[in-house]
Amino acid sequence: MMMTMVQALNMALRQEMEKDDRVVLLGEDVGRDGGVFRVTEGLVDQFGQQRVVDTPLAESGIVGMAVGMAAYGLKPVCEIQFSGFSYQNFHQIENHAARLRWRSQGRYAISMVLRAPYGGGVRALEHHSESREAYWAHTPGLKMVIPSGPRNARALMASAIRDPDPVIFYEAKALYRAYREEVPEEEEILPLGRAQVVRSGGDLTMIAYGAMLRPTLEAAGVLHEQEGVEAEVIDLLTISPLDEESLVRSVQKTGRAVIVHEAPRSFGAGAEIVSRIMEKAFFSLQAPIERVAGFDIVMPLFAREKSYIPTVARIVAAARKTLKTDM
Amino acid sequence: MPRIPLALSTSIDSLSILDEKGRLDAALEPDIPGEMLLRLYRAMLLGRRFDERLLDLQRQGRIGTFPPIKGQEAAQIGAVAHLQPEDWFVPSFRETAAELWRGRSMESVILYNNGFSEGARIPADHHDMPVSVPVGSQILHAVGLSWAAQYRRTGEIAMTFFGDGATSEGDFHEGMNFGAVFQVPVVFVCQNNQWAISTPFSRQTRSATIAQKAAAYGMPGIRVDGNDILAVWAAAQEATQRARAGDGPTLIECLTYRVMMHTTADDPRRYRTDAEVEAWRQRDPLPRFQQYLLGKGVLSGNEQKEVEEEVLQDIQAAVESAERQMQSMGDPLEMFNHHSAELPPSLVAQREELARELAGSAGEVRS
Repeated sequence: MMMTMVQALNMALRQEMEKDDRVVLLGEDVGRDGGVFRVTEGLVDQFGQQRVVDTPLAESGIVGMAVGMAAYGLKPVCEIQFSGFSYQNFHQIENHAARLRWRSQGRYAISMVLRAPYGGGVRALEHHSESREAYWAHTPGLKMVIPSGPRNARALMASAIRDPDPVIFYEAKALYRAYREEVPEEEEILPLGRAQVVRSGGDLTMIAYGAMLRPTLEAAGVLHEQEGVEAEVIDLLTISPLDEESLVRSVQKTGRAVIVHEAPRSFGAGAEIVSRIMEKAFFSLQAPIERVAGFDIVMPLFAREKSYIPTVARIVAAARKTLKTDM
Repeated sequence: MPRIPLALSTSIDSLSILDEKGRLDAALEPDIPGEMLLRLYRAMLLGRRFDERLLDLQRQGRIGTFPPIKGQEAAQIGAVAHLQPEDWFVPSFRETAAELWRGRSMESVILYNNGFSEGARIPADHHDMPVSVPVGSQILHAVGLSWAAQYRRTGEIAMTFFGDGATSEGDFHEGMNFGAVFQVPVVFVCQNNQWAISTPFSRQTRSATIAQKAAAYGMPGIRVDGNDILAVWAAAQEATQRARAGDGPTLIECLTYRVMMHTTADDPRRYRTDAEVEAWRQRDPLPRFQQYLLGKGVLSGNEQKEVEEEVLQDIQAAVESAERQMQSMGDPLEMFNHHSAELPPSLVAQREELARELAGSAGEVRS
């Protein structure tokens, strides 16, 4: 069936809830309203208020309560309305969700998912457009997942819910209704911690995730049309733990890499990727690795966000720069 | 249209049954079976003596920093004693007496306070959470646990402990609010020991009591003399019965006092007077309860000595056992355990890195 990412996520939640009554959704406006982006639409009608729980407006409350539910063996899926509000629950993730397994020495596995829309491009208010995946990726004990389209969003959400440990699941708002894709009704899961090569090529490795995958693929197309370059494009899908093996294998073949993310450049996921490539594929490199990223500033309000978010032109320019260099 | 006063039901009870002079309000005296009275007494005494022993061990450099509980034994034991084994106990970090009541071993407390994570291990069949250091953050876990118990219709309840300082945290508010909105079977026990490190209760809140905050959340609240185990027992009995009956949460404020330092790294003389501490030492919960039991004939002078000796022997055995265990617990690679169900490849590599270093090959140059 052709679906938007919103519909695909909805299907993943519905199917996991049908299969496993430990799966419970909670968050602000997730019930009758179906979530502000409608990801949970219709679920309260099917599963009732005991499994689709409209909570008071308090992010720490939602996540802290979910930690307790998970300690008792439930599989809560929390919706934080916008990732910009998840700093208010940050400590419940950092102090408890991510380390209760460790603190209790294996007694309490916190199998929970925190879903949050992230990223710009939808002309939203302040606090509604930023990308802060690096915060979560830095915390030991967490998995950080960002799908890039309807089909993999559905498959990754199923895996995230089944995962025995906490998963932070960022959903690009810019992708929610950007396009439709065929999503099979039958079960489909993607393993967490694995990247996908979505375009093969031997000249250059381009690494992206979430909403940045599409402009990166477009840039690869431009490079192919205009100068016959064959770029390999890797969709990270999981930020942490990083699929180092796939990245290294590709760069060993191409010798060049460009990393694209919307989040601020400094200390972002790109920095870690560069470091891994340096450790494992340094002698294959033929040019310095390029990063195309957001600037190290507060995400601008929407009148200027297009100049902040990496563009196809910027990605192409960075790729050309690495292609011109030969060490 | 007009401005009219709204009549809110904000009255709360303050409860004291056995006062500091040992005078009993017989009309309020709870009917506690003799066997239970002795269990409560032994648990308070164990909490007290173990705490004293931990302080000795800390001063001798045999364990690290720890938060003493002295003076708060009644507030802990009188409340936790109402939990069934399958109920959920969610402590902060100053509930050693309650933890021992729940079956945590003294060895594990010593291990934990000497820097071994193994000391926080919760046995698979225990419905207890490990200590929670970030102040107030565990309150929400109790709400989630009791929500899950309600969802699964197990009939279990949850009880969580926190201090007066925690009531300034957002998580206290969110926990009270969520608990009341969802009407989950949870009991919130505030040990108001009047000091959050150096900050006195008067700088923590302008409310006259913690208990009155319950009214704002739409749940019953009660303040009890936290050094009077009979009062704590009575209030906790009501609260746990309410939770079990499906009538939602209760906030119990146990007014007590932190006789010792915040942790062994703290020097309370910097911020409070000896006179204040001395006044509270006179309200010690332990001799008060002891006098009650002696007067009631539940405990004889000889039995008292026997219990005292037994408790000291148990503590000595636990200290020796813990110190024996720690001799063979040095393996640093243990630190990589229990972070996730499966170690990701990058962590397997980091673990190997340390293993090589420990094996003595750290000096080799990697090519």
